Parts: sequence; structure tokens; C-alpha cells
Amino acid sequence: MSAFSAIGEQREADEDEFTPGIEPQPTWCPGCGDFAVNNALKKAMSKLGKNPDEVLLCTGIGCSGKLNSYFESYGFHTIHGRSLPVARAAKLANPGVEVVAAGGDGDGYGIGGNHFMHTARENHDMTYIVFNNEIFGLTKGQTSPTSPKGHKSKTQPSGSAKQPVRPLSLSLASGASYVARTAAVNPNQAAEIIAEAVEHDGFAHIDFLTQCPTWNKDARQYVPYTDVQDSDDYDFDVTNREEAGKMMYEVESKLYEGEVLTGRFYKAEDRPSYGEEKRATGEMPEEPLAERYYDEDAEWERCAEQLIQKHT
Amino acid sequence: MTDQELIWRIAGGSGDGIDSNSRYFAKALMRSGLDVFTHRHYPSRIRGGHTYVEVRATPDGAASRGDGYNFLLALGDSFARNPSEDAYYGNEELKPLSENLDDLREGGIIVYDSGLIDEEQVAELNLEERAEENDWHVYPVDLRGIAKEHGREIMRNNAGIGVTAALLDMDTSEYEGIMEEMWSDDILEANLAVIQDGYEQAQEFEQNHDISMPDHEEPEEPQALVSGSDAIAYGALDAGCRFIAGYPMTPWTDVFTIMSQNLPQFGGISEQVEDEIAAAALALGASHTGVKSMSGSSGGGFALMSEPLGLAEMSETPVVLIEAMRAGPSTGMPTKPEQADLEHVLYTSQGDSTRVVLAPGDQQECYEQIRTAFELAYDYQIPALLIYDQKLQGELRNVDASFFDQEPDGDPGSVITEEEIAEAAEHHAGKFKRFQYDAEGGKEGVSPRSVPGQKGGRFLATGNEHNEAGHISEDPDNRVLQMNRRLGKLESIREELDEKGNQTHHGPDEAEYGIMCWGSHQGTVFEAVDRLNDDGHSVKAIGVSDLMPYPEEEVSAFLESVEECLVVEMNATAQFRGLTQKELGRFGPKLSSLLKYNGNPFEPAEIVEGFESSIEGEELAVSNMKYVPAAGD
Ligand SMILES: Cc1ncc(C[n+]2csc(CCOP(=O)(O)OP(=O)(O)O)c2C)c(N)n1
Ligand code: SF4
Ligand SMILES: [Mg+2]
Repeated sequence: MSAFSAIGEQREADEDEFTPGIEPQPTWCPGCGDFAVNNALKKAMSKLGKNPDEVLLCTGIGCSGKLNSYFESYGFHTIHGRSLPVARAAKLANPGVEVVAAGGDGDGYGIGGNHFMHTARENHDMTYIVFNNEIFGLTKGQTSPTSPKGHKSKTQPSGSAKQPVRPLSLSLASGASYVARTAAVNPNQAAEIIAEAVEHDGFAHIDFLTQCPTWNKDARQYVPYTDVQDSDDYDFDVTNREEAGKMMYEVESKLYEGEVLTGRFYKAEDRPSYGEEKRATGEMPEEPLAERYYDEDAEWERCAEQLIQKHT
Repeated sequence: MTDQELIWRIAGGSGDGIDSNSRYFAKALMRSGLDVFTHRHYPSRIRGGHTYVEVRATPDGAASRGDGYNFLLALGDSFARNPSEDAYYGNEELKPLSENLDDLREGGIIVYDSGLIDEEQVAELNLEERAEENDWHVYPVDLRGIAKEHGREIMRNNAGIGVTAALLDMDTSEYEGIMEEMWSDDILEANLAVIQDGYEQAQEFEQNHDISMPDHEEPEEPQALVSGSDAIAYGALDAGCRFIAGYPMTPWTDVFTIMSQNLPQFGGISEQVEDEIAAAALALGASHTGVKSMSGSSGGGFALMSEPLGLAEMSETPVVLIEAMRAGPSTGMPTKPEQADLEHVLYTSQGDSTRVVLAPGDQQECYEQIRTAFELAYDYQIPALLIYDQKLQGELRNVDASFFDQEPDGDPGSVITEEEIAEAAEHHAGKFKRFQYDAEGGKEGVSPRSVPGQKGGRFLATGNEHNEAGHISEDPDNRVLQMNRRLGKLESIREELDEKGNQTHHGPDEAEYGIMCWGSHQGTVFEAVDRLNDDGHSVKAIGVSDLMPYPEEEVSAFLESVEECLVVEMNATAQFRGLTQKELGRFGPKLSSLLKYNGNPFEPAEIVEGFESSIEGEELAVSNMKYVPAAGD
């Protein structure tokens, strides 16, 4: 019997179960896009019948990182930029746990950019939500890796001379097997996309456009937006890498021209997750590693028997 | 230094197989019943460059490198840079011979490969003259020729083994037995023929040296030849560690490699990741999810782990990190030992340090202390660090094989079951009180843990200060309660460590003088202490392993019992002496330091010399060490 009875139970779930009794009310600024992520995540998890005790939410540091305080589950509010390495090890340690990582654009595309690239490349079976508000929120409004060129802030008073990163293209090139963009202004699509991402067997990356009315007053409120899957103007095959790549490039460019395009941009068919790949090489146990620590009958290998021989 | 001692040095270029041949040779001596100890010297270069390994063999205990050596097998460097050009690196072809002469003892033996090192060059070294002066016995043999005749050129090391055996009057059968375990068919035949030919050719020489195979008897029980890295990796596996994440860096790479090669068959997981920040963070993620985990690195890589280490302290996530020191600062001397990362490991990361730091002094202590690190980390929910160095990681030594016959430990420490969670202290609005102030039934200050997937156990782990359920809190009363609880664990840990007795004492109970050291050169210090006592001095020593929490009582008692104490360490700023003074707040006028930081580990005679000049108030006669007098002196 598993020591983790919250895992994999068929159940009806209620959105309220994911609202923490301790901090039911988020402290984000009025009008902040972060509320929408929290609501969509709650909606998706309840729709999927998840138990808060089988979900591990790992966050970075930023306004976005506060998600852990306002979403009820096991949580690991890590350090700036490091939610992904913590999250992916948790998945390796116990693949039964539903692992979600989340953080800001500075957190994920800046300081944690290297981890983003490698976690996507490895295709861990997890969901990664980036709160993309094109700004450093918690440190009071500095230019971020997704701030548009020319964006003025206290630290770049004459306007940013840098091209913003292209998060979707970066994700695809790195190896993510599911890439989508949604926006705070589109709660239904957001919840659907998060649910799809959680169900996807591989690294699912969602670039979530979250307006920051406090520090990014000039920024668009991301309305009106277009869902490319619902629009007749866009016709591409999300399972085709090349078409997806072209579409992403257009979507990223258009955002800075004032047009907000959202939807699913890539979904790899049949790409095995990292866990599957690693099990196939024989370098990961078939049973969840965590289980054996809580199984009284587990047998532990001994160095004396297996290794000392070759030193004598 | 007895005449019952062989110190055999095999020298050549990196990539010439020096490492493996010396290992086989040491094993053969060990199987013959001798105690062995190796010392490696190599450059940060893959092919070529001056490198050697010493194998010291004695009938009665070898716990250190010796003073110099008495047998040189100089192979020639097959990757030497063009000798006709006046290169920055000097004449590399000749280095296996030229670079090793200074340490060769009087009466020593030199065998060199005349197939690679040509006579004309040797003439330039004034070898004949120097040999006469020092009573060296020189035997040129065309080792390359022998190898080529029976097999391939790379077998020339084995021709040298054959020559060595003949000159020492040593039976080749143990060594040949090892070859039979390694190779088969044609390759085996060729190697055996090479060894025999070398043996026979050397017998032709007129031999007039005094060095021979030390007295030996069949060992009483089987011995295992292990490095510090082997012992650390095996200790971790037996401690139930089944997850490691890392990024290569010398000298930590060895432990990472051994673990990676063995974890699959032990049902575990190894991950090579993008950098050391990730490595430490992965270890935390796996541990948070209920698996016993570790990571590690060396100087620069460990610096990157600083922030995740602090996260482990604050979130009370158990983890074991190891730091294999090499000479710093920065990239420093990657393949040379030093003990200058002590303060780095004790204090890196923001806030008050809340960690355990242990420094093993030899192979057995490596095994035991990494196990202690896991035990403490998982019982107390605290990061436990093991600090060692390039010297201990790679040096080989024989240990009774039965020592490793120990029970593995899969216990995840203070994690409780779902049933216990249900009965645990009142939950806080649905959340488990993972950071309860005054949990009962467990160890002092330790609150019970739950792990993801356990029903009813959900909580928030965070690097922010937090309340009992893990939610962020800046309430001053909560802050003080949580800080005191976390720091208080170190007091209970100190008590547990006192029971383990990690400090190693050596020499008479009562002595006038003391010598203190920490980590890898413990064996060298103890050998020096024996010699000093034999020479009429009154000295005892302590090798300290517990660095945090510091063994205050034990060290105080030691220092009270002696008049003066010399602190011996491999760094330039006397970091361990500083720690001792900080922790004990006294003894300043009693403590002087003998420091070495030239990239080479101490020899016993150097410590003898350093001690003698320190008590006599004389200047050190050599420039490769530094003496720092006591405060107020
Ligand atoms: C190593 C480190 N550097 C800097 C900071 C300070 N810091 C906290 S959040 C943050 C940036 C936040 O921006 P973003 O990741 O976009 O998150 P947002 O607040 O916009 O949600 C910074 C620089 C930190 N906590 N740690
Ligand atoms: S500063 Fe911006 S991102 Fe942060 S809570 Fe306020 S609105 Fe949201
Ligand atoms: Mg941001």
C-alpha cells in the first residue's frame, strides 16, 4: 500500500478546497493580473479532481511567488529563479505528485533562464506558469527581460536598449513539449489551458500575460485579445514544430505592436517525458523512489555486498 | 622512517596510465600483507605534464605520505611538448626524471625508460655526479622496447613493474594475479610477458642497493584499498542516500562519479545538471519529497550553492552537501590540496548559520561521518556538510574489509506517517503544523515532517520567515520562537556528536605540548607526534572533525592540559585556529600555527621541524611553510 494516499484518488473536487484557510485573500494590488492566475489554477485543479495534498506548487520570488500563500496545496516557495530545479527533482523523487512551478518573468526568463532552458530540454512531466507582466513587480518596477525595447524605468531612465526575450520561441527551441500563452483578461481560456498543461505528459510551459497596473501603467491591459484557435485569421498545425515556430515569432512580435494573440502554440505528439526516457535507460526506478522510504518491508542494498569486493 | 619502508614513485605524463598502474601495484603490496598509502601529484592537464603517484608500503601501518621517497620509476612523458623548443613548461620529456630528483633519499633507486629518455639528455642532468653524491643506484632499461616487443607501447608501465619487482626481490605473483582479474587472452598474455621480460632484464644488472621488499606476512583479514571518495560514496549509499545531483568539478567529481555509477543498481537516481545552483536545488526538491538526497562541489561550485544552502536552513529541508577543497582563491590550483575553504563552508549564505559541518580525517572517518551527516540532517531537518580536500579524496589506503560490513539505513528521519499526521497537533486552518514551536515526542526543537502526497500533511516550505504552518510571517514573537527553535537544534546535535566521539586523539595522555589539526593530514600529524615522542619530546595531538557545532568541551580540555599548542593546517590565514579562538574565546596566547599552502601536503618531517623550531623560537629553515606565533607573542 502506498504511503501517499492523496495521490491518484478519483474524487470530486471543489474550487474552495484550493483556497487556504490561513490566507484566503491575496494581497496583490487591486487590478493585478496575478489574481487571474490563482483563480485559473484553482479552477483547473478542481476540474481535474485533484486533491490539494497530491499537488506540489513550487514558486520563485516576486509578486508572482506569493501564489504559494494563496493557493492551498503542498508548497515550496523557493528562492529567486530556482523554482524549476526544485520542482523537477520533486517529480523525479515521486512521479505520482502533481508538480507545478510558477514565477515571474524576471524569475523565469532572467535569473532562472538557464534552468528554464534545461528543464524544457529535459521535458520533465510538469507544468510551468510564468506570470509575464513585463516588469519586476516586487522590487518596484524595474525593467525586466520581457519589457519592450525603449521601456523606461528607474534603472533604465533613457529607455531599454535591449530587445525583449521571446519566451515562446525560447521555450520551443529549448525543447518544451507544450507551449501556450494566455492572459489574465481571459479566465476561461486560462483555466482550460492550465488543465491541458497539467494533463500533458511532458514539460508544459504557459506564458501568462498578467498586467501590473502599479508599475507598468503604460502597458496594455491585454485587451482586446485574440484566441488563435478561435480565429479564422490564423491557421497552423500546433503539432508541427516549424509552423509553431513561425506562429510564435509572429505572436511575440505582435505583442509589442499592440496586438494580443493567445492560445496553444505547440504540442508535441508522442514525445516521451524525461521520467520515461530515464526509466528506459535503467537509471530511474520503475516504482516511485519516495515510496521505498516509507515501506517497512523495503530492502536496502549494502555496499559491503555489492562494492567492497572489488577493492580487496 | 625505517628501512622497513618502501616509497615507490612512478612518474610520467598525465594520460600515461600512472594512476591505474600505481593502484594495481599498491593492491599487490596490500595483498602481500603490507600496509599501503598513496600520494598523487598531478597537473590540471589531460595529456602530458609532470605527474607522479607514490605508494608507501610498510609492515606496520601507513597513514600518511612519507618523507621523500626511495624508489623512482621514471617512465618518460609520451605527451611531452616538443623538447627542442625552449618551452614555458621546460623539457617535458625529461621531467619524469629531472623533476623527481630533489625528493629522492640517499641510497635511493632510479629506474628510467631509456627507450623514451635519451642518454644525451640524461647527461645534461649531471645524473652520474648526483648519483655518486647521494649514493643513488641508477638502472636504465628500455621499457618501451620491451613493451613493443611483446605487446603495445602502453604496456611499458608493466615492464617497469617487472623491473621494480626484480630490484626489490619481490614476488610478481600478486601483481600478475591482478592482471588476470583485469585482462584475458592475448592482452593478458602480452602484459604478463612484458612483466617477465622486465623482471629478467633487471636481474642481469649488478645490484648493490639496500632497498628491498619490506617484511610481510599473509594479512590476518582481507583488506580493501579505498580512497576518501570511495569511502564517502559508500557511506552515503549505506546511509540510504538514493538521489544525487551535481555538476563536475575537481576534486568533488570522484564522489559524484562513483555515486552515478552505482545508484542505478541501488535503485536510486543521479542527475548531472546545468550548474551547481541547480544541483543543490534539486537535492532540496528530492529531499522535500521524501528522498534522502545529496549534492556537492568544490570551491567555486560550492559558492554557487550558497543561496540554496540558506534555503535549506530556513525551510528546514534536510540535505547533505559535500565540499572537496582545492587550492584557491578562484580557480586556484584545481588539482592541488588546500584547506582554505573552512570559513566559506561554515558561513556562506545570508543570516545566522544553522548547519552541521564535519571534516573527516581519513577513509574510515569519511565513511562514518557522511553517515552521521545523513543521520543528523534527516533527524534534525538541517543541512549537514562534509568538508574534505583533494588529498583525502584521491589517496588510497588499506582498511579492514570487514569495516564496511555495516547495516544500511533507509530511515527518513523525522517524517511521520499519515496516521500520525491525523493525530498530530491541531492543524492551522487545514494546514499541518510543520514548524510547530513545541512539538513533543521527538528530538529537542524538531517538529515532525510530512511529505507531498501524504494526506492531511500539506504545508508551505519557504525561505521567508514563517509561522507554524509555513505561511510567511514577520511577527516579532514568532520570529524569535522560530529562530530559537532552529538554532536550538544545534545544542542537541552537539550532545549526539559527543556520543559519537569524532575527534581523534593521539600520543600520551599527559604531555607538555599539543598539536591540533583538522581533516586530511591527521595521519601525517600523528606520525610526526610519534617521532617527536621517540626523540624525547612530550607531545600529544587531536584531530578535530566536528567544526559546527564545535566540540567546545573536548578541545578546551585538550588545550588546558598542555602548555602550548601548534595548530597545523593547509592554508595561509590560520582559519581553524581562528575558529578555535572564536568558539572558545580564550587560549590565544597558547596557540601558534604551522601553515602550508604551496599545493603539496605536509610530510611528517616538516611537522617535526615546524614543531621543533616553534618551541625553540627559531625561524623556519624552509620557505615552503609559514609559522605564525601566538597572539601576544
Ligand atoms: C538572488 C536575488 N536577487 C534579487 C532579488 C530581489 N528580487 C526579488 S523579486 C525580483 C524580481 C521580480 O520580478 P519578477 O520575477 O518578474 O516577478 P514579479 O514581481 O513581477 O511577479 C527581484 C529582483 C532576490 N530576491 N534574490
Ligand atoms: S506590484 Fe504589480 S505585479 Fe505586484 S502585486 Fe502590484 S500590480 Fe501585481
Ligand atoms: Mg514580473
